[in-house]
Amino acid sequence: MADNNVGGGAGRAVYFPKSCLHCDNAPCVTVCPTGASYKRTEDGIVLVDESMCIGCKLCSWACPYGAREYDVDAGVMKKCTLCIDRIYNENLPEEDRVPACVATCPVKARHFGDLGNPNSEVSKLVAERDGFDLMPEQECAPVNKYLPPRPSKDRTTEALADADPAGGFLGWVDRMLGG
Amino acid sequence: MHPAYSVIFFTTASGCGYGMLVLLGVLNMGGHLPQDRWLGLSCFVISFALITFGLLSSAFHLGHPERSWRAFSQWRSSWLSREGVLAVFTYIPAGLFALGWVWFEETGGPWAWLGLLAAMSAALTVFCTSMIYNSLRSIPAWANDQVAPVYLVLSLATGALWLDALTRLFGQNFGGFTITAIVFLIAGVVLKSQYWRSLDTQAPASTVETATGLGRLGKVHLMDFPHSSRNYLQKEMGYRVARKHAAKLRKISLITLFALSILAALSSLLWPALSAIFAVIAVLSSSFGVVIERWLFFAEARHVVNLYYGDE
Repeated sequence: MADNNVGGGAGRAVYFPKSCLHCDNAPCVTVCPTGASYKRTEDGIVLVDESMCIGCKLCSWACPYGAREYDVDAGVMKKCTLCIDRIYNENLPEEDRVPACVATCPVKARHFGDLGNPNSEVSKLVAERDGFDLMPEQECAPVNKYLPPRPSKDRTTEALADADPAGGFLGWVDRMLGG
Repeated sequence: MHPAYSVIFFTTASGCGYGMLVLLGVLNMGGHLPQDRWLGLSCFVISFALITFGLLSSAFHLGHPERSWRAFSQWRSSWLSREGVLAVFTYIPAGLFALGWVWFEETGGPWAWLGLLAAMSAALTVFCTSMIYNSLRSIPAWANDQVAPVYLVLSLATGALWLDALTRLFGQNFGGFTITAIVFLIAGVVLKSQYWRSLDTQAPASTVETATGLGRLGKVHLMDFPHSSRNYLQKEMGYRVARKHAAKLRKISLITLFALSILAALSSLLWPALSAIFAVIAVLSSSFGVVIERWLFFAEARHVVNLYYGDE
């Protein structure tokens, strides 16, 4: 994604990662006819029970964020699990108990924590950096927040001055060539 | 949205079959219907066949048809589940109503009440179908107030045309279904025109700026695609019909679903001797038209997820 400021400023490129937002008001759960799509009461993670999914795809239609992917071979819907197999895994060192996308991001652009706790590191980060919801008008109450890009440096530089041919070696060359 | 043939067939065929049940049940309450056993049999056979083939086609479209019984469980929250429950329930009163009419040649008293129950259940099934689409805020063209009325009215109009054709083919000079069909076709053309007008004029609530939250920086454009080939989302939600084709297809559906059908129905009232031919023409024309209408209903609808893939 890029911001192209038509007002005259420089445009800027923004990488825009997308994942399941584990919405509080998740339409993918409401529309599911079988109960295969559900939101866990204990941690709010939205999951699919693949053994109950009939593959009607309605949840993927209901999600405005495109967080669902239909597995044609298995005939069921799949989605981001927030790496439930990692984040609660006591066999992993504590610092590795984060979703894979958070663990692997080389510039640490992704953060993981409990947004339900206002004193958690991620909650503080969202408050400090003015974190926001994607498509609030869809009224899904997404749990994952996005932080706005940091203000960019002013990259408008002054136009380069012409090389002055009046003196020095270049001036001598100029005079020789120009006659 | 990708126009899946199974869903188009299901919503149009089952819609028509349920429309037939609604009209049979309701008009029978007034005791106005011709009480012919073989006419009754053919009406119920066609109606049940349209409903059943429609339901089967939508069930086999599932990734796991053998698990479809699970879809009856979430009726408290899911319109799809409600539709499934009502679709199956409708068979009970409708089957008994048909039994009374065809086997015992009785349509009064308790049989009539069973017919009315079947009618209500059939109408609610069509309403649930429309609400599956209408409840999706992610597809603005479907979260539109005209969607449910259009589904109901088209179900009744196409059902009335089938009943009219069967009645005429059995040599009954009964204009009740013809007039019903004309009324619902006129209602349909008004509602569908309003639907298309609002589709063309509604301002989008979700934009690429709200989708990315980058609107605070300025205008947002997609610079590069996230992957080199189309993914599931783009195949399922990214179907787009060219605007000029959509305009042409709207006209085709207006002419075949509404104009020709109304003309044919009026002609059968004016020339009773040829009424069976006109009624059959109306069925053929409206069946074609309603399929085009339903195809467009999907093909014209844009999912907001496309905002992440270049829609602006």
